[in-house]
Amino acid sequence: MSREEEIRQELFDHTLNGHAPEVRKLTEEALALKMDPMDILFKALIPSLEEVGRRFEKGDFFVPEMLIAARAMQGALVLLRPLIAETGAKPIGKYVIGTVKGDIHDIGKNLVIIMLEGAGFEVVDLGVNAAPEKFVEAVRTHQPHIVGFSAFLTTTMPMFKVNIEALQKAGLREQVVVMVGGAPVTEDYARLAGADRYAPDASMATRMAKEIVGAAQARESAALTQAVELIDQTLKKG
Amino acid sequence: MQTVLRSRSAEVVVSPEHPFVMIGERINPTGRKVLAAEMTAGRMDRVRADAIAQVRSGARMLDVNAGVPGVDEPALLVAAIRAVTEVVDVPLCIDSSVVEALEAALPIYEGKALVNSVTAEDERLDRILPLVRKHGAAVIGMANDETGITMVPEERLAIARKIVERAVFYGIPAEDVVIDPIAMTVAADPQAGVITLRTMELIRDQLGNNMTCGASNVSFGLPERHLLNAAWLPVAMRAGLTCAITNPLIEEVRQSVLASNLLLGHDEYATAWIADYRERQRRGQPAPVT
Repeated sequence: MSREEEIRQELFDHTLNGHAPEVRKLTEEALALKMDPMDILFKALIPSLEEVGRRFEKGDFFVPEMLIAARAMQGALVLLRPLIAETGAKPIGKYVIGTVKGDIHDIGKNLVIIMLEGAGFEVVDLGVNAAPEKFVEAVRTHQPHIVGFSAFLTTTMPMFKVNIEALQKAGLREQVVVMVGGAPVTEDYARLAGADRYAPDASMATRMAKEIVGAAQARESAALTQAVELIDQTLKKG
Repeated sequence: MQTVLRSRSAEVVVSPEHPFVMIGERINPTGRKVLAAEMTAGRMDRVRADAIAQVRSGARMLDVNAGVPGVDEPALLVAAIRAVTEVVDVPLCIDSSVVEALEAALPIYEGKALVNSVTAEDERLDRILPLVRKHGAAVIGMANDETGITMVPEERLAIARKIVERAVFYGIPAEDVVIDPIAMTVAADPQAGVITLRTMELIRDQLGNNMTCGASNVSFGLPERHLLNAAWLPVAMRAGLTCAITNPLIEEVRQSVLASNLLLGHDEYATAWIADYRERQRRGQPAPVT
């Protein structure tokens, strides 16, 4: 195995286990060996975070493990960012997300953001208790592929419909895919509210989002034009 | 301070000088598909069975929630309360964030209920507190407002104080406000537990109100949640928690409450602890190593 291959494998393993110092050191070594930053991102870091997502979905991984893996990845992104920025890269898609008005729960939403950013999305986070007007404004300004509404309470779930109607009124409904999620939300409820997609967890939400923007096929070519804004977003959170 | 809750004929006192009160959390259709479907169809058998099982396992109050998406929540909450009061005689915690549901449920409840809950948003305070006052109920005040949940204990204290002051303004005695200092999962923030404990100490020392919390929140996103929930209760009690909405059917939680009551001086001559031991022996559970 070449040292490059070993580095990819070690980066994958250490990111998976959330070992930030090792991930950083390996990234430095990789760059010193003149490995392509996109190669590091797409062949080691992102696959690792995807594996974290799969394990989480299966119940083998838990919330803190997901958070620490994302943090380890951020350490590498600090180094990769300026190099990738030179190539003028773009994220694979844009996602506006927020917890609906009246609801201040954000753990689930934040997990979705971590996974989306790990997958190469630029995410605009509207935070908690986001009013319909705020979603409308963000969709108008950022022109995302997808807008996601999160609700943790049966009493705030009706805001899905209110938000969707607000998008309709603003003439924006047709240009954006609406995804919804949250503990009490069901597939049936999502459909009745007029949403396009429902995801039961963060990992599934990310897979759906990738499917929606056609990222699966576009991934190799997108690889070259990946992720400056994504990295900016991710670093801001670190 | 003492918060006294009543059912038709029973009375429960929540205070730091009394045994810790478990409020059974099971009658809540959120995340319970079968229960949600049955309640929606008007079948209350499972609600009754849950009520009986929780009281048998040591719940001294029961939380009743009827929040099924898309149903007539006021009517369903009334039906659920009627079903529960048919089979058990413990004070209820009437749980809804829909004001109309509280408006429907409070008049039909025979006793002094605990309303779950009000937040510190002016709009909520000014709608819910007069209702609590009108029906002579007590109320849980959640230490958050429209800006979200602060992670600064002093700020949560200030929010709690605002709720108590507004309640008193509306004619509710301060002791009938039970503060929820808000327990959050340590999975997302390892400091979440100590922040809540510090908040509890501040509220205990500066306001003196009774406190409750959603005790199962602390372990969200982690394995072996029962153990974490059980470990949380005694430390929280020591910081001022006097009751909690939790699942008494979980053996670890139930035993943790019994043990804490004894260790913190609320089980004279270990009567309840020994009685529970005997009961388990009688039912033929293996005797623990002594």
